[in-house]
Amino acid sequence: MVTLSDFLVLSAILFTISALGIFINRKNLIILLMCIELMLLAVNTNFLAFSYFLGDLHGQIFVFFVLTVAAAESSIGLAIIVLLMRNRGSINVQDIHELHG
Amino acid sequence: MQTEKIFFYLFAAILIIAASMVVTVRHSVRAALFLVLAFFTSAGLWLMLHAEFLAILLVLVYVGAVMVLFLFVVMSVDLDQGRLREGFGRHMPLGLVITGIVIAEMVAILNIDALALTAPETPAYSGSNVEAIGRLMFGEYIYPVEIASVILLVGIIAAISMTLRGRRQSRYISVSEQLAANKRDRLRVVDLRDPPVDPSVTDDPGGGQS
Repeated sequence: MVTLSDFLVLSAILFTISALGIFINRKNLIILLMCIELMLLAVNTNFLAFSYFLGDLHGQIFVFFVLTVAAAESSIGLAIIVLLMRNRGSINVQDIHELHG
Repeated sequence: MQTEKIFFYLFAAILIIAASMVVTVRHSVRAALFLVLAFFTSAGLWLMLHAEFLAILLVLVYVGAVMVLFLFVVMSVDLDQGRLREGFGRHMPLGLVITGIVIAEMVAILNIDALALTAPETPAYSGSNVEAIGRLMFGEYIYPVEIASVILLVGIIAAISMTLRGRRQSRYISVSEQLAANKRDRLRVVDLRDPPVDPSVTDDPGGGQS
């Protein structure tokens, strides 16, 4: 039988891989956005696993809202990338130092 | 129940391989395609968790809309792959070590007996999954659903207003200019009579021909 901890371990591995992706692909904004999507996927899998194994449907509603916000976030992120590409000709994170932070 | 386990491990292996390819592959287009594979595989896993509505939603909304948007942007921007991968090999060993440690810790924590729940005999709802979710969403959660729709609207407006290029060629009306216009700016009265008489007559509105 597949148990709850199998799903939790799977999403923990997925989350850690995407954290590694953010760590090693620090220059490419598009890959960073994709890594965030993968992280949200891992979190959603956690929600659904708990929802199924504990017999509570409210977890699925939460996944619905996470999907909604993630779709809005990725569309705005891609709009920012298009804007950066148009104004600067590069999406390298190193080139974005306008604020001198 | 053995087939369920086989499918779980198959999907899990494909998901982890696809996720690793997303973070390590050289071209962004291939990364996006592997992300599509990861989403599809997750949809399969979500079906195993009896979340049919959300599995279909993941395929339709994520693979159908968000990933197509990703591919569109990735293909339309011209990426300098060499510069974008600076420091990739340099941070790889440390990253792998930290990832290994984190995964080992997580596995150690998550493999306790308290979390080794098996699937419940009776489902949490009667009838179809879509009906149960619909009753919750438009009953108890109607206010958050409205807020989610407002968030989507804000996303639409933000994305459009950020990327809309001001069209220089199009003809448009400047309202303030239009309101500031008066007869003296627009209408000039010239005198076409044969001997030009003294200039005080030309300002007379009824005197000259325009």
